[in-house]
Amino acid sequence: MSIDLTVIWALIIAFGIFAYVVMDGFDLGIGILFPRFQPGEGRNRAMNSIAPFWDGNETWLVLGGGGLFAAFPLAYAIILPATYPLVIAMLLGLVFRGVAFEYRWRDEKHRPFWDMAFMGGSLVAAMSQGMILGALLQGITVVDRAYAGSWFDWLTPYTLLTGLGTVAGYALLGATWLVWRLDGDVQQKARGLARKAALATAALMSAVSLYNLELRPEYAARWFTAPEVYWLAPVPMATAIVALLLWRSLARGESAPFWYALGLFLLGMVGLGVTIWPNVVPPSITIWDAAAPMRSQVFMLIGVALTLPLIVGYTAWAYWVFRGKVGGEGYH
Amino acid sequence: MFESLDAILLARIQFAFTVSFHFIFPAFSIGLASYLAVLEGLWLKTGKAVYLDLFRYWLKIFAIAFAMGVVSGIVMSYQFGTNWSVFSDVAGPVIGPLMAYEVLTAFFLEAGFLGVMLFGMEKVGRKLHFFATLMVAAGTFVSAFWILSVNSWMQTPTGFELGANGQFLPGPSWIEIIFNPSFPYRLVHTVTAAYLTTAFVVGAVGAWHLLKDKANAHARKMFSMAMWMAAIVAPIQIFVGDMHGLNTMEHQPAKVMAMEGHYESHPDGAPFYLFGIPNDEEQRLDYAVGIPKLSSLILKHDLDAPIEGLDTVADDEQPPVFMVFWAFRIMVAIGVAMMGLGMWSLFARMKGRLYDWSLLHRAALVMGPSGFVAVIAGWITTEVGRQPYVIYGLLRTADAASPLDAPAVAASLLAFVVVYFAVFSVGTWYLLRLMAAVPKPHGAGGKQGENTPIRTAGITPGPTQNPGEGDTLPQSVLVKKEEVQ
Repeated sequence: MSIDLTVIWALIIAFGIFAYVVMDGFDLGIGILFPRFQPGEGRNRAMNSIAPFWDGNETWLVLGGGGLFAAFPLAYAIILPATYPLVIAMLLGLVFRGVAFEYRWRDEKHRPFWDMAFMGGSLVAAMSQGMILGALLQGITVVDRAYAGSWFDWLTPYTLLTGLGTVAGYALLGATWLVWRLDGDVQQKARGLARKAALATAALMSAVSLYNLELRPEYAARWFTAPEVYWLAPVPMATAIVALLLWRSLARGESAPFWYALGLFLLGMVGLGVTIWPNVVPPSITIWDAAAPMRSQVFMLIGVALTLPLIVGYTAWAYWVFRGKVGGEGYH
Repeated sequence: MFESLDAILLARIQFAFTVSFHFIFPAFSIGLASYLAVLEGLWLKTGKAVYLDLFRYWLKIFAIAFAMGVVSGIVMSYQFGTNWSVFSDVAGPVIGPLMAYEVLTAFFLEAGFLGVMLFGMEKVGRKLHFFATLMVAAGTFVSAFWILSVNSWMQTPTGFELGANGQFLPGPSWIEIIFNPSFPYRLVHTVTAAYLTTAFVVGAVGAWHLLKDKANAHARKMFSMAMWMAAIVAPIQIFVGDMHGLNTMEHQPAKVMAMEGHYESHPDGAPFYLFGIPNDEEQRLDYAVGIPKLSSLILKHDLDAPIEGLDTVADDEQPPVFMVFWAFRIMVAIGVAMMGLGMWSLFARMKGRLYDWSLLHRAALVMGPSGFVAVIAGWITTEVGRQPYVIYGLLRTADAASPLDAPAVAASLLAFVVVYFAVFSVGTWYLLRLMAAVPKPHGAGGKQGENTPIRTAGITPGPTQNPGEGDTLPQSVLVKKEEVQ
């Protein structure tokens, strides 16, 4: 019973992280690409296309952190000190990114500054998130329920690679979102950016995947050992197919590129999940080691069961209210 | 050893700094969200434009304050893990779920409906928009409910069991954990404080505009509403605060001793000290000025009741008295001043001088930021007063921190200080500018072009998102207009 709940909670946290990554991913991606758009119309429309949603999107990050704290307190207590400078950098990046939404409208003289803050904050947050992921995957030294490494363990070529991969992936999500939600010249601009981001994402995703096989022997074993290989092999194949579909859709697609980009992220998450399973903090802490006691799991599961459908419902409603092209002639 | 102590002190300063900064925004937005709901509700009920104008006026301000609250709040949700990992590990099973409930029932609610509240007035219709405003207001309250439950559990822990691995584990009843003994008092006291804080900001803005133009109908309306709040809620708050204090005396007597400056026990009636310099070394209050027996009267409702002092508490179990003693006095003094202003406004109202008594308006203006000072002073009182424990009586603050080196924490603290002062000072300045703008009927004297520089993402991101907002030109036409300029 307790084992089942722990797995359920791992899936819930994974869902929360996935929801965050794709939803704030396109916000942060737009931030990363922001300077590529013309001041004035281009930037304003790009910003307006996410202004009603960014706060809700960012809330999934709080669910990811809060959920980890609640369901796997030991993992929370190890990962955050281990990646301390990255977490602080991410938080400060998100401060600049978040206030820029309001501040840039307050004083035209300051707008170029807040546009840069929007870009810089988004870039730092994305890079930090990718590097935290890398630091987790490469393994964290733990002694007696506490982080026992040094405070630069998180800085390696591998984590730089995962950081860049995340930046490219978010840029792809952001660009495809803009393709969907804008029209005219700005949309064309976004298509061009989406192509570049797609190439960068494909290259970096492949590089990280290959590096994973070198990183820890158990990761390679997971992917190449006999019975597993048969049902795991479709994951990279599906990823390649989705990447191709994405590329083809970029020429004319409206919402299609965004959904393919989302599919790419989903497959990437599945791949990562397969790689580290059943650990939550590689190489030694499993989800069962880190899990909260059953009473905590049950209590929270009731809350999730009651609220998550509502949350998904009113979030979807909010997206629906602000559907369609933002600005321009095609808007109704 | 010395270095590890240093790192803990730095981590404490960082937490105090970030949480104090953070709490300023929710203290304002909890009250302001409710005020906006009241304004919109009155508008829907009466159809009077003044309410809608005021709603729009304060909505812009709310949008900025809320954004600052969100970004500084996310920092808090991660800081438990980054800097207090031992605490997170051992207390996670009990308080983690409460914080998860805060995210699920409050943060998503606020954030999910905020977009519609800020941008959706003309997209979803009045009723549904009002519903969105109500959900945002409810979200701010529910958020306070859970986080204050967590804080209260750390002050008065109940309903837990100790696990073999050193963790605090939930007992059979979550009700006992959530509704721990200090929670109801802390919740009411804090939420009331948020309402008062907002009322005094609204009152000060109203007063400022009345000082310039007594006839401004919008300024009159907001000043009058704020002064009703001051007159009714400030006395209630003092009563609630007293109850909260009595509850604290029952569960955390050392905190009350520090608040009172009672180093010594008073077997037959304790004085209430108005002034004094606490001296922890010598365990005495220097330069004390007090009113005999008043403390016994307040705390025990009996002039001669004996009151125990810190001489009954071991030295290493005592909180540092100076900060607690003075923070408490600042809070109480502001509370009394708030009630005074409320009474004065009642008197002015009776005499028909509410809108043209400039001394009253000046006083209200000066009192504008007093709520923020009072809530921070109140939090300092309760948080410093529960030292040296982070989970009262069970886990010492010194044993709760992350295994971080002092230079790492020093660097992050410096970064927080620099960024927070820069970002939130600018934000505060933008807020003050919005508050300095004269509230007036919608559409009067404000053409679209004039609004352009301060066109908020929240208010007029383009006519397509807000067709009711003055001009209803399509975005493309507006853009062309900008290009021509």
